Amino acid sequence: MHKHERAGLQKDDLLYMYRTMLTARKIDERLWLLNRAGKIPFVISCQGHEAMQVGAGMALERGKDYLLPYYRDLAMVVHFGMTIEDIMMSNFAKEQDINSGGRQMPGHYGSKKLGIVTGSSPVTTQVVHAAGYALAGKMEGKDFVCLTSFGEGSSNQGDFHEAANFAGVHRLPVIFFCENNHYAISTPLDRQLSCANVSDRAKGYGMHGETIDGNDPIAVYTAVKAAVERGRNGEGPSLIEAVSYRLTPHSSDDNESTYREADEVTEAKGRDSITTFAQYLKELGFFTDEDEQAMHDEIQAAIDEATDAAEAAKYASPESALLHVYDQ
Amino acid sequence: MMGTMNFLQAINLALKEEMHRDEKVFILGEDVGRRGGVFLATEGLYEEFGDRVLDTPLTESAIAGVGIGAAMYGMRPVAEMQFADFMLPAVNQIVSEAAKIRYRSNNDFHVPMTIRAPYGGGVHGALYHSQSLEAMFNSIPGLKVVIPSSPYDAKGLLKAAIRDEDPVLFFEHKRAYRLLKGDVPEEDYVIPIGKANVVREGDDVTVITYGLCTHYAQQAAAALEKEDISTHVLDLRTVYPMDREAIVEAAKKTGKVLLVTDDNKEGSVLSEVAAIIAEECLFDLDSPIQRLAAPDVPAMPYASPLEKYYMVTKDKVESAIRDLAQF
Repeated sequence: MHKHERAGLQKDDLLYMYRTMLTARKIDERLWLLNRAGKIPFVISCQGHEAMQVGAGMALERGKDYLLPYYRDLAMVVHFGMTIEDIMMSNFAKEQDINSGGRQMPGHYGSKKLGIVTGSSPVTTQVVHAAGYALAGKMEGKDFVCLTSFGEGSSNQGDFHEAANFAGVHRLPVIFFCENNHYAISTPLDRQLSCANVSDRAKGYGMHGETIDGNDPIAVYTAVKAAVERGRNGEGPSLIEAVSYRLTPHSSDDNESTYREADEVTEAKGRDSITTFAQYLKELGFFTDEDEQAMHDEIQAAIDEATDAAEAAKYASPESALLHVYDQ
Repeated sequence: MMGTMNFLQAINLALKEEMHRDEKVFILGEDVGRRGGVFLATEGLYEEFGDRVLDTPLTESAIAGVGIGAAMYGMRPVAEMQFADFMLPAVNQIVSEAAKIRYRSNNDFHVPMTIRAPYGGGVHGALYHSQSLEAMFNSIPGLKVVIPSSPYDAKGLLKAAIRDEDPVLFFEHKRAYRLLKGDVPEEDYVIPIGKANVVREGDDVTVITYGLCTHYAQQAAAALEKEDISTHVLDLRTVYPMDREAIVEAAKKTGKVLLVTDDNKEGSVLSEVAAIIAEECLFDLDSPIQRLAAPDVPAMPYASPLEKYYMVTKDKVESAIRDLAQF
C-alpha cells in the first residue's frame, strides 16, 4: 500500500496537490523577476514551503474552516481559493487586491469570503486571533477548526505562548501549524530554540504535538487531518511542526550570503518537494514528463495573463487612503 | 424608572442589559467569573450567563487578541483588563491589530470589541494600580477611547461602546466606582460616542476635562459661585477622536480655558485640546490656556502624603479656576 492510499488520497487529489504546489512556486518565481525588473517593490517568498502548505490546507474544509496564515503562505491561500490574478493584484498593490485594496504589503493575506483572516506584519499576532475564532465557534456550537501558521522564530513570541495556553485551557479547536524553515531572517534554528523541536512545547500546553517532514505533502496532510479530527471531536488544539528549508532569501531586500553558505542551499534544493513529489507521481504512473510539461505551460500562461492584467489595472484613488478608519 | 446607584453598579447594569439584549455579547478577563471581577464590575453575571462570562488565564495579550478574533468572527466581546496598568502587554494587539483591521482589510473585517480597564489613583494603588494610560492611545486612528464621568454616563456610554462597530477602550476611574452616585434610568439608553457634554453652564472660566476630574470641576465650580465666579464645564466623554466643535464652542464661551486631567501633564490628551483651541480660536482667548495635571513623574507613589500630593483634587481645581478668573 502506498502512503497516499494510507492517507486516503486518490490520484486526482495528488495531481491537484502537485498543481497547487507548482502554481505557487511559479507565481513566486515570477514575483522575483518582477521585483528585479523594478516592477514590484517587494517579494516575500514561499519557496520550500509548498508541500507543507498544500498538505495542511487540504486537510481543512474550505467554506467551513478558517485559515489564519502568515506571510509565507502563498501555496496555502492558493489552495483556499485565491486566484493567480488575486495574487498579482496584491503584488502590484492595485485596487482589485482582495486582501487590502493595495494597502498592505504582499503576503498579508485576508479575505472574509474565502475564510482567510486578515494578518499584519508584527509576527504571531494572528495565532491569538485563531484562538478567538475557535472560542467563538465553540460558544456558537459550530464544529469548524482554525489553522494558524507561523515560523519557528515566531514560536518564541509571547503571543504564541499566550494563544497556545489559552487554547489548551479552553480545549479550543486550533491547529498551531509551525512552518520550520531553519531561519528567522538570518538567525538559525539553534539560536531560536534550545529544545530539539518546536513541537516539544506542546506538552506544556496539554496538547498533541508532532514534527513531520515538511517536504512530504502526504505526511503533512495525514498529521493535520488527524489534528482536524481531534479539534472537531472536542479534543482541543494540536501543535504540528513541519520541517523544511527556506530556499530563497528572507525577502527581496535580504542578502543571504552574509549568513549562510551556498552549498547549504544547494543541498536543500535536492530535497525540494516540487522535484521529489513530481518524481513520486511519476513512479506511480500518475504523471508523465509530457503531463508535467503541459502543466507548467498551462500555469505559465495563466501567470502571464494575470501579470498583464494586474500591471494594467488601476490603483485605488489617492483620496481613498482616508476611507475605512471607522464604520461609515 | 430611575434608581440611585454608584458608578460600579451602573457599569454592571449596562453589561447585564447588553448581555440580555444581544447573545453575541460575552465577557472575558481575569477573575471576571465566579469572583465577579476584582472590583465586582461583573458581579452576578456568571451566575446569570454562565460560560458567556469567561475567566481567562493571566494573559493580557490573549485577552485582547482572543477578543479580536472572536469579534472578527461576529461576536461582541467585552474584555476586562484588571487594571489599566496591566494592559501594556496587550498594546500590540490593540494598536497593531484591533485599531488597524478595518483599514488594512479595506473594510472586509472589523472589530466590534470593547476593552474595559480601571484607571486612575487615589485608592493607595501605588505605581502599578493607579496609572492613567489614555494618552498612550489618543493618537491611534481606528480606536475610540471613552472615559465616563458619572453613573448615568457610565451606563449609556458603555452600552454605546458595546454596540459600536469598532474597537473602544473604555476607561473607568477606580476611585469613581464607589465615590460617585447618581440617578440612572433602569430603561435602555445610549450616549453617543464622540460627543462632549456641557455639564455646567458658566461665563467666566471654561474647564475642559473628563473622567473623575469632571466631578472635581463641578464641585469646585459650585464652591466658587459664592465668590461670584461663574464656571463653564465641558466633559469630553470621548478623548479620542475628540469633539472639536464642542471644544471650540466651550473655549469661546468664556475666553479663559483651564484643562484638567489626573494624568501627568506633558503629552496628556489635554495637549491635543490645547492644540485644537490654538488652531481654531486663539484670538477669542483672553488669557493663556492653563493646564492642571499630575506632576511629570513616572507614576503615583504609595505613601499617603505622596499620593495626596500627586492627585488632582477639588481644591486644586478650585484654586486654578480662581487664578484664571482673576487673570
